[in-house]
Amino acid sequence: MTAIELPSYLEKSAAVSARFEKLKQREVILEVKQLGKQFDSQQGLVTALRDINFKTHRREFVCVIGPSGCGKSTLIRILAGLEAPSSGEVLLDNKPVFEPGPDRGMVFQGYTLFPWLNVKQNVMFGLEMQGYTKATAESEALNWIELVGLERFADAYPHQLSGGMKQRVAIARALANKPRILLMDEPFGALDAQTRSKMQANLIEIWRNIDITVLFITHDLDEAIYLADRILVLKANPGEVEELIEVSVPRPRHSSQVISPEFLATKKRLEELIHPPGPEDDTDDLHMIRMTHVGDDVEIME
Amino acid sequence: MSQSTPWFAVRQALSKKQVTTLTLLSFLLPILLWSLVSYVPFLWHPKVEIIEPGSISWLKPGMLVDRAVFAEQTQLAAEQQTAAPQGLRANPIYLPAPHEVAIAFYTAFTTEPTRSSEQWLHESLWHSIQVIFWGFSLSSLLGVPLGILCGTYVAFSRLQEPFIEFFRYLPAPAFGALAVAILGIHDGPKIAIIFIGTFFQQVLVIANTTRKLDVALLEAALTLGAKKLQLLFRVVIPGILPDLYRDQRILLGWAWTYLIVAELIGTSSGITWFITQQARYKNFDNVYAAIIMIGIIGVVCDILLARLGKRLFPWEKEQVKG
Repeated sequence: MTAIELPSYLEKSAAVSARFEKLKQREVILEVKQLGKQFDSQQGLVTALRDINFKTHRREFVCVIGPSGCGKSTLIRILAGLEAPSSGEVLLDNKPVFEPGPDRGMVFQGYTLFPWLNVKQNVMFGLEMQGYTKATAESEALNWIELVGLERFADAYPHQLSGGMKQRVAIARALANKPRILLMDEPFGALDAQTRSKMQANLIEIWRNIDITVLFITHDLDEAIYLADRILVLKANPGEVEELIEVSVPRPRHSSQVISPEFLATKKRLEELIHPPGPEDDTDDLHMIRMTHVGDDVEIME
Repeated sequence: MSQSTPWFAVRQALSKKQVTTLTLLSFLLPILLWSLVSYVPFLWHPKVEIIEPGSISWLKPGMLVDRAVFAEQTQLAAEQQTAAPQGLRANPIYLPAPHEVAIAFYTAFTTEPTRSSEQWLHESLWHSIQVIFWGFSLSSLLGVPLGILCGTYVAFSRLQEPFIEFFRYLPAPAFGALAVAILGIHDGPKIAIIFIGTFFQQVLVIANTTRKLDVALLEAALTLGAKKLQLLFRVVIPGILPDLYRDQRILLGWAWTYLIVAELIGTSSGITWFITQQARYKNFDNVYAAIIMIGIIGVVCDILLARLGKRLFPWEKEQVKG
């Protein structure tokens, strides 16, 4: 099928291997141990997540990917403390977490800026919750707004911003609390393709410049490969870890790498994991209804 | 060339000019209908106003009789070869013409009350406004916080709402006699009726509005480190404020509907007293003037509150209505 021979996705250049060695030496920020989640539903007890184990190291960028219904959103909500696990535990800096807190910043897929606060006040919100004075919170907030490039919009209300700008504010708002880890739940899912790739580049830029660990959920394979150090692949029914892939694409990354051998090899592997070739694939031919008549000067494909 | 907006496009906004035209028409059409019925005799005019009684002794000038009766009497006079009564077709007394109401509207404010113990129209109105104000304020003072608590904490909602659901089906005027027995015959029971009529609906409406706040905003606040009361005061309340304000505007309208019933309880007072009094004297032009006055106060109030709302909540997107 493949026209060109791709290297194995496991093959890494010396520089990339060295980087992973260094990463593993760093302290563990977030650790997930034997995490499971079950829901009571009308169909009885449904297992959303089973036996999830992984660690993220300091300043690592981890993407979580999986088919829809694999429980990736449930996973991130448990990490954020918005839902309780049925079994297992989540450790942040070796301490178990039970409830939401400013040490885990979260960027949601939907726009969750407070509509009654302007950009600056939105970013100040968390700082004020921590008990900072207005003046401190304000100057801090302005720094973060500058970091995401929205200083001209500090006084604008969310409804005046585009989708991409709203998510940039959401990132600034989460980072202003100086969290240990930034949890992102398909944050660019609602954006158009162009804005999304700009946002990805922005995010990488921010991540490179500050001391932050990122856990990023997506269903977009390209996005995961472009952003991540490691990709956690979940499978559905029940949600379990399928594989934890070390991305062999060297950094700094740029969009032209999507056709590089490493990128394609990783993508091929992800596709195998997420859409495994099943027996029904053979009968997958689309039945075509002929909508033209012979003589319509249309080539008929058989 | 500028494109003209079509008048009938499904859920499409109209141009400013079109909106103004339609707004004017929405008032002009009923007035036009009223004028037609009042000034064009053959459209309705079921009565005859006697100008000259002729030989019919029981007729008096200015009297209104049914057209059939008038025809009968005219025929009777013709048969007896006596002078026929003369009259003009007229509307019943309960439907004065627009200009009569307009004059009444003006004179109602300029005419001194017939008895010194009675109030001027504007005094009656002011009295009514005060009753509404106190009834609505007391209701809001309790109803708004309780509604927010019920919408925020399930425990409050379970404790309060079943009883309130039951109570709101009891018509407020049913408590009239009780209110008079407890609160006397003056403004107390009237304020109580407006309170009862507003309060229970208010708690439920505001609880529902509070529940409609996007949970994602609360979750975002939690991940930013907001705790308990901070959630209530920094997220829930500011988050629902524009909708709460809108609810209050609608509820204020309901309070007005309870006013007329409330003012009939105990000693009749305010604008209701004025209306019933004028109706008793058959000054229906004054009755209409007073009713229109209530409408004007209501609409002007609502427009002012809507304007104020725009000032207060600049983050609210424009509500597309036109």
